[in-house]
Amino acid sequence: MSDASIARTPEAAGAGDTTGRRSLLRRALRHPLVVTGSIVVLALAVVAVFGRWLAPFDPTTMDFAARFAPPSWTHPFGTDDFGRDVFSRVLFGAAVSFKVAFIAVGISGTVGVLLGLLAGFLGGWIDELVMRVMDILFAFPAVLLAITVMAILGRGVGNAMIAIAIVYIPIFARVTRGAVISVRGREYVTAARAMGQGSWRIMLRHVLPNSLGPIIVQTSLSLAFAILAEAALSFFGLGTQPPEPSWGRMLSEGRSFLHQAPWMGIFPGLAIMVSVLGFNLLGDGLRDVLDPRSSR
Amino acid sequence: MSLRYLLQRLGTLLLVLFGVSILTFSIIPLVPGSPARVTLGVMATDASVAALEHQMGLDRPLTTQYWTWVTGIVLHGNFGSSLISGKPITEQVRHRLPATLILAFTALLIGLIIAIPSGIVSALRPGSARDLGVSVMSQIGVSIPDFWLGILLILVFAQYLHWLPSSGYAPLSEGLGAYLRHILLPAATAGVISGSIMARFVRSAMMEVLGNDYVRTARAKGLDPRRVIGKHVLRNAAITIVTIVGLQMATLLSSVVVVEIIFAWPGLGSMALNATLQRDYPVLQASVLLFATSFAVINLLTDLSYVLLDPSVEYA
Repeated sequence: MSDASIARTPEAAGAGDTTGRRSLLRRALRHPLVVTGSIVVLALAVVAVFGRWLAPFDPTTMDFAARFAPPSWTHPFGTDDFGRDVFSRVLFGAAVSFKVAFIAVGISGTVGVLLGLLAGFLGGWIDELVMRVMDILFAFPAVLLAITVMAILGRGVGNAMIAIAIVYIPIFARVTRGAVISVRGREYVTAARAMGQGSWRIMLRHVLPNSLGPIIVQTSLSLAFAILAEAALSFFGLGTQPPEPSWGRMLSEGRSFLHQAPWMGIFPGLAIMVSVLGFNLLGDGLRDVLDPRSSR
Repeated sequence: MSLRYLLQRLGTLLLVLFGVSILTFSIIPLVPGSPARVTLGVMATDASVAALEHQMGLDRPLTTQYWTWVTGIVLHGNFGSSLISGKPITEQVRHRLPATLILAFTALLIGLIIAIPSGIVSALRPGSARDLGVSVMSQIGVSIPDFWLGILLILVFAQYLHWLPSSGYAPLSEGLGAYLRHILLPAATAGVISGSIMARFVRSAMMEVLGNDYVRTARAKGLDPRRVIGKHVLRNAAITIVTIVGLQMATLLSSVVVVEIIFAWPGLGSMALNATLQRDYPVLQASVLLFATSFAVINLLTDLSYVLLDPSVEYA
């Protein structure tokens, strides 16, 4: 063991972190995928937060005189079968999609990271038990698992969040476990143990912060898939319920009028695609920056 | 491949299948309140609820219910009866399983037709306009919602051009033409998305092999570039590609669930959604169990094919 590595005690590791983080941030800010993805995601976040003030019309107000109006200056995305402004509904839908995605990924991330941390750090029977349960959950196709959870819990946006969260717990657990295993044998963990620190303290103060790279990447990618999953569940009539505007729901409603008013299906679909693309680009870029080996 | 590894993987598969069966069985006990009440509606009398509970076997202990259910499936292929139609679920499965498998394999084929050439073209000239084009298309393909792509394809090819039917299924027995006309749009929907994902993996597998010394040597020897690609690069990248195909097949099944619903394809995916909407829990159980079992078996076969294809990989 070199002198340098001996000197890398938990405190020493912490001291070098600030410089390392700055360098990472600089690399991230120069990465085209991170920059493009961030711009898209930030723009959509602004729409999600301020959409209700940006929308020119109330998304639920019906105007039967303006049914199926094609895109125009007054209605940039046209109107639907009830004469509601599709543009306003798309803006409001952003809030629903983002809320569901962030809460679902927040739940799955918290539970999955905790399980992966315990499994990877403690190993032994805990690792076996956690990972076998995760293997079982992995055996269910994602959409089908979400539909099944909805079948048990019932329809509604809250239950959609829970269903999506359950689908992504195994992914977070696996990613975290892999990262933790690669970190747990490092010198600073051994040093922390030698200093008499407890398992929880080592896990939370040393192992988790150094395993964050893949978890951050997974968070971004999971947000993309959560937006897709929410839209899919609402499309099937299981997620957001009328009259609340949601992109998936709007697509489902637009499907019946494809020939008559294609804009009813085109614009909500575009909104979903752009959001998913934004999070995917951000995730891929972050992977290049934080975890270059896995992006090859 | 050692026998020990094979047995170990089979053991894991059995464990996973056992867990899958427990979770799938749990759908009914986990439904809040009585599933019989949920199925019959709030206006149903207590007597009719009790009768349905008896018919479903819900008045027996959970362990007995599980044992009856699982042995019925494993020993007799009996998934029980639909709560809505009263017909045996096995009959439905017999018709719907082949439709799902045909759709999944055709979609995979379309995915490969997209992924392999574009992945190769992209890897051969990294950083070129072609590479960028493939990367952009692949990113879009990965981000496009399958249900939206399906709708767009229906709009263009069925509603505007009238080239293909917007929904339905025609078995091969009705002729190749009818079969192809019905399967093309749903398979293309799932295939384009999985092709986009696979193209990225094919590119990275090719890039990895292209960087090896033996490829450089073959090129330095003056071998025909096509031969270098065909004989050295593709053959070595095939191991990774086969693994990806296996993993993608599993992911594809998820996409197939969605596609079946959009195109009214009479497979297990649409059966699952209809069962959910109608609260026909035994039908949902059958569909979920079959999907999850196929998923787990495909994962095992992928793992085994990886070991078989690459002699340098040996697991204890």
